Amino acid sequence: MIINHPLLGPRDSQEFVYLGDANLIDRPDWAAEGAVDTFHDYLYQRTNPAGLHQELWFHEQGDRSWLVVTRNTLTHEITKVELARDVARARGRSK
Amino acid sequence: MSQKNRLSGGQLNRSKPLNFTFDGATYQGYEGDTLASALLANGVRLMGRSFKYHRPRGPISSGSEEPNAIVELRQGARQEPNTRATIAELFEGLSAKSQNHVGSLKFDFLAINDRLSSFFAAGFYYKTFMWPKAFWEKLYEPMIRRAAGLGSLSMQDDPDAYDKGFLHCDLLVIGAGPSGLAAALTAARSGARVILADEDFTPGGRLNSETFTLGDASGADWAKSAIAELSSLPNVRILTRTVVIGSFDHGIYGALERVSDHIATPASGKPRQILWRIYSQRAVLAAGATERPIAFKNNDRPGVMLAGAMRAYANRWAATPGQTVAVFTNNDDGLRTASDLLAKGVKISAVIDSRADGPAFQGAEHLRGAVVTDAHGRLGLSSISVKLASGETRQITAEALGVSGGWNPNVHLTCHQRGLPVWNADLAAFVPGTLPVGMVVAGAANGRLSTAGALASGAEAAAEALEGLGLTVKSADLPQAEDAPVRVTPLWYVPHKGRAWLDQQNDVTVKDVKLAHQEGFRSVEHLKRYTTMGMATDQGKTSNISGLAVMAEMTGKSIPETGTTIYRPPYTPVPIAAFAGRSAGADFRPKRLTPSHKWAAEQGAVFVEVGMWLRAQWFPKAGETTWRQSVDREVLATRGSVGICDVTTLGKIDVQGPDAAEFLNRIYCNPFAKLGIGKVRYGLMLREDGIAMDDGTTARLAEDHFVTTTTTANAVGVYRHMEFARQCLWPDLDVQIISTTEAWAQFSVAGPNARKLLQKIVDPEFDISNEAFPYMGCGEITVCGGLRARLFRISFSGELAYEIAVPTRYGDGLVRAMMEAGREFNALVYGTEALGVMRIEKGHAAGNELNGTTSALNLGMAGMVNKKKDSIGSTLSEREGMNREGAYNLVGFQPVDATKPLLGGMHFINQGAPADAKNDQGYMTSVAFSPSLGHSIGLGYLKDGAARKGETLRAVNPLAGEETLVKVVSAHFVDPEGERLRG
Amino acid sequence: MMRYSGFKVIKEALTGHKGWTPAWRDPEPKKHYDIIIIGGGGHGLATAYYLAKIFGKANVAVLEKGWIGGGNVGRNTTIIRSNYLLDGNEPFYEFSMKLWENLEQDFNYNAMVSQRGVLNLCHTDAQRDAFRRRGNGMRLNGVDAELLDQEGVRKLAPFLNFDNARFPIKGGLLQPRGGTVRHDAVAWGYARGADQRGVDIIQNCEVTGFKIENGKVLGVETTRGFIGANKIGCAVAGSSGKVMAQAGIHRLPIESHVLQAFVSEGLKPVLPGVITYGAGHFYVSQSDKGGLVFGGDIDGYNTYAQRGNLPVVEDVCEGGMSIMPMIGRARLLRIWGGIMDMSMDGSPIIDKTDIDGLYFNGGWCYGGFKATPASGWCFAHLLANDQPHSVATAYRFDRFRKGLMIDEKGMGAQPNLH
Repeated sequence: MIINHPLLGPRDSQEFVYLGDANLIDRPDWAAEGAVDTFHDYLYQRTNPAGLHQELWFHEQGDRSWLVVTRNTLTHEITKVELARDVARARGRSK
Repeated sequence: MSQKNRLSGGQLNRSKPLNFTFDGATYQGYEGDTLASALLANGVRLMGRSFKYHRPRGPISSGSEEPNAIVELRQGARQEPNTRATIAELFEGLSAKSQNHVGSLKFDFLAINDRLSSFFAAGFYYKTFMWPKAFWEKLYEPMIRRAAGLGSLSMQDDPDAYDKGFLHCDLLVIGAGPSGLAAALTAARSGARVILADEDFTPGGRLNSETFTLGDASGADWAKSAIAELSSLPNVRILTRTVVIGSFDHGIYGALERVSDHIATPASGKPRQILWRIYSQRAVLAAGATERPIAFKNNDRPGVMLAGAMRAYANRWAATPGQTVAVFTNNDDGLRTASDLLAKGVKISAVIDSRADGPAFQGAEHLRGAVVTDAHGRLGLSSISVKLASGETRQITAEALGVSGGWNPNVHLTCHQRGLPVWNADLAAFVPGTLPVGMVVAGAANGRLSTAGALASGAEAAAEALEGLGLTVKSADLPQAEDAPVRVTPLWYVPHKGRAWLDQQNDVTVKDVKLAHQEGFRSVEHLKRYTTMGMATDQGKTSNISGLAVMAEMTGKSIPETGTTIYRPPYTPVPIAAFAGRSAGADFRPKRLTPSHKWAAEQGAVFVEVGMWLRAQWFPKAGETTWRQSVDREVLATRGSVGICDVTTLGKIDVQGPDAAEFLNRIYCNPFAKLGIGKVRYGLMLREDGIAMDDGTTARLAEDHFVTTTTTANAVGVYRHMEFARQCLWPDLDVQIISTTEAWAQFSVAGPNARKLLQKIVDPEFDISNEAFPYMGCGEITVCGGLRARLFRISFSGELAYEIAVPTRYGDGLVRAMMEAGREFNALVYGTEALGVMRIEKGHAAGNELNGTTSALNLGMAGMVNKKKDSIGSTLSEREGMNREGAYNLVGFQPVDATKPLLGGMHFINQGAPADAKNDQGYMTSVAFSPSLGHSIGLGYLKDGAARKGETLRAVNPLAGEETLVKVVSAHFVDPEGERLRG
Repeated sequence: MMRYSGFKVIKEALTGHKGWTPAWRDPEPKKHYDIIIIGGGGHGLATAYYLAKIFGKANVAVLEKGWIGGGNVGRNTTIIRSNYLLDGNEPFYEFSMKLWENLEQDFNYNAMVSQRGVLNLCHTDAQRDAFRRRGNGMRLNGVDAELLDQEGVRKLAPFLNFDNARFPIKGGLLQPRGGTVRHDAVAWGYARGADQRGVDIIQNCEVTGFKIENGKVLGVETTRGFIGANKIGCAVAGSSGKVMAQAGIHRLPIESHVLQAFVSEGLKPVLPGVITYGAGHFYVSQSDKGGLVFGGDIDGYNTYAQRGNLPVVEDVCEGGMSIMPMIGRARLLRIWGGIMDMSMDGSPIIDKTDIDGLYFNGGWCYGGFKATPASGWCFAHLLANDQPHSVATAYRFDRFRKGLMIDEKGMGAQPNLH
């Protein structure tokens, strides 16, 4: 597969390491009520969609960016590649 | 034997005769021959035996679809089983052997299977060999296995090299027949970067095998001139002898180039083959079509072959499988074989056309509305039985029979991404359906079977591809060529009570398909699996569609309703070595060497693999006969005076920025925010699931600057994890990190004289006395007169110890300088074994303990998990299962009888309890012989272990039938109070 | 009920094979069943077989969207073994192994269970210690295991690369009773056995929805109409996410991944049993037909496409060439991909769901084939008795919430590392 890195252009997916669902960005609040349950859902439960999937890839043999790749799990077509940092900020993560 | 079946003409270099042997007999052919064409020219039709019934077989094709003529090529370590004689290029001295027979090729004892074939019908083995039960493994299966397989491996290492390469192009053209050449010319003239790949050694595809003209030139000459033009263009790369094996995601294709298979041995420095990974923007699949046979009784006799192959042998290779031949066809194309062979002077005894209304044929007896019902001649065809339109049967002399059942487009690569072909009733064949993104199909592969159609569709396909890339297309100037329509009346098999062969290699007959139907194996996949049809080395290229058609007839459904079959990569079989390339044997993975490697090698160190690293394991001295002697000496010398160890392999991560402390505070379960500048702290890192991920020390060099270390094994993963936290979880923390593992050479200097040694090399302006530089201190210093260095007072061994780091290029110099400085203390360098012994003596957890299932609580570090802050893993480590009664705790063990050794992987059983799983109390993770204590010691996980110190348990090793009594003790065997490391 | 035997084969051979009948019926679906199993793969068919044979439930249908045995049971590397490390797993897989050992006589079908040994190679002292821990754990569970030193390995497999390897062989853990089974025959044997006991095997019947009222499942919508049931068991491996979503369960501790597997051209016998490489990921055996059947890591990204990519093909062959260089000139014949239901700790789930009457069997990762008999038996047990079988008590959904993961590889909540 080829991942079109937003900074570096098209790169072979072999340069990357895959983690999984981009929802792993949405780490819950440790101090909130029922944190163990929310952390359990966050870490262990997956929607595992047959279709568009936002997922995290790390450019290990490259610039060490974490990327959020939107890829179709039925066809492997990649429709969007973003810096995970930007996605995280857009989802409200900060410090 | 002379070349008695050699014809005139052809594309052979007759000035270059080549000698070769087959089954020990010597023959001669010419440059340009394949092994099969040369054997046919020499009058040899029998080339192999089938898999199951050991039926005598000859080639049915002239290409890579060949099921029958497969041989063991070459000798010794280069022996190559299951090689298709039809594509093996002849070279001087080639030697080949037929395979899969007991006795000789002509008199194969296992041909008895053929006599017993009615007992070996499809799937028979599923129904028998079950009683008595023990007989399966003792008798039946060994018998079956002995008969299994085709060719044999040499069992030697391959002496040849294999390379891998990467290519990029705008357009990949797969196949250099008329459509591929037209596509390549169109694209090349338009300025696109083109790769043209063809599996043959002479590009041109069917143009080399037909007598058509293209414009004024013969097909072969036109192909030559097209190749000449393409070769002259800088934007074109032509890969001959290169088969595109698979279509993968995003326009990536795999291709195998047979660089040296056409010569006896690869030229010096050249690989045998290259596996190319081709990155294409677009691809034109111009893979042509494969002719299919018509099944009839004994249609597998040597001499019965595909009609197109027969005329390819005649036209291209000037060879005929017999002096008198016949042709059996259900379509117009088959008639071409008869006319071409006639033109070559071969006697045609009959042309049998299953169509009553087929076109007339001049020059030989033409039997319309007739079918071949039987073939005679056990080791080679002598005659055929023909059922005439009148119903009468006639026997006709023929040494060879060309059969044409029509042509199947080579849709294989269109299926590699699970695209389904679709049925085309006009062609009576499947044509490409859903295509991989970026692929266009041209020519016969797309059902355009005439030459003019192939040329035009090749040009159109290239134009479509280029337009998609935004390139301007220059129209290709294409020659006039034949444009005969496809006229075929499907005939899949001739009904008869005898056996008619579909998959010739795996011996699947029409009857087997019928039996599969009778027993309910009616889907295509069931059919293939039950009968093994299409599972042979040719992957059913000449049999799958016919088998499907027979099944369709049984079920009373149409072929597309019955199903379709898709193809998987590779298109043709690829040597396993080619996929591995150079990453094999000692070069399987890269080797990382430590900065002191050269010095250690000079000392005669024994090295050990640690991840990718080679580390010195111990340093044997003269007179030492066992590794234990060396290791014991290294431990005692270190604990007695001073020892040095290269610890560069530990991961080092530089963490900088105003939020660096806060960042580390969240990465580690224990607090880091208040670590003082110039101080080092041990940190335990959890995964989000609360399991220990890694541990190490972190030094604060400045308010906003930390250096953190990881274990050797986890260096890469921990760095990745920290980047995840930094970029994805807390993107606005102002912190930067970088791995500096390769940037710094780091050595541990341990032992009571460690400081004295270091004081000799640390520059005098730096005070490293115990007061100025206490335990868990750190600082940036210079050594050896101004060399930048970092010093950390940390101890893995439990001794007074430091780790000193210098830029990697000075690592070799530093170890030599320290050894020189340490001479008065009898300093030595110790290896990983001594390192391991000392860490076990000190009770430090390492890889064996951090095994991915252990929590802080298991490690005895539950108190480190700070509940007053957020850190990765702290929340989920609160789950009840991770805090349950009787959890494993890491404790120490020593044998009750001090002379007894311990072994890693022993399990613990309470005394008096039986040794079974129910009573399993835990297991030993690490053991060592402690030279300091004079007996074996171990670390291990024990249920509720923290509360069980002083207990005596059985340490059992049922694998070896041994056990020993052990006492549960503190994991800190040496200096439990930690006085030495503070001294 | 037709019984297969050598005598029957001979009789039919002499009478033109006219007497063979379909191995299973092709029934129309009934309106209602006591139990419906979704998924005509190995696990689903085995479940139906044991429901009928052991638990006396014959009013059972297996619904298969395509043709039976077309999923992972039809495309795997055919290995059976019970050499697991953890308490949660070992008794289950040993139960499976014992069922394998009597399977053929039990269902009257020769699945060619071939116990020629599974040998795991180790390359470091630490790996050997880990193998000793595992082997001793197996022994304590009453399972066969032998720890071999280098010479022991050499005796068994002299062709391995002992001298020029990047990661030299120090020894190995052998399970002599491990081996291989003819995978397709497992599906067919269970199907035939279940059919003979009254189970309806309904092919080309895809589930398109569930009928659920008041938290209780009442049946399934299918491409062949509505079919009612008291209980429904879902055993669809890589399609677990898709099917459970139709029941409104949108999140599972499972990801779908592709595992590629490989077979070479047929070769005269060279391998004694199953061999696995410990420094790269590579495992191989030789089939009764002579092909080397091998595999390695999953591709590593979520997918429902039954195909993979080149990097893993190369990686697997690199492993193979490193450990047994003599296979280099053998040709790789076919690559195929299957969708694995990779769970969050690498271990399976056999459990009830939050919907009354809906039961789940999945998360087999790429170890599902060897588990087929025990999975079927234990799932049948759960469906029939509403209680987990004693060897499958750990395979619950809530183990993640409770912190009772069964993580053989110690890789944590990242499915592609298991």
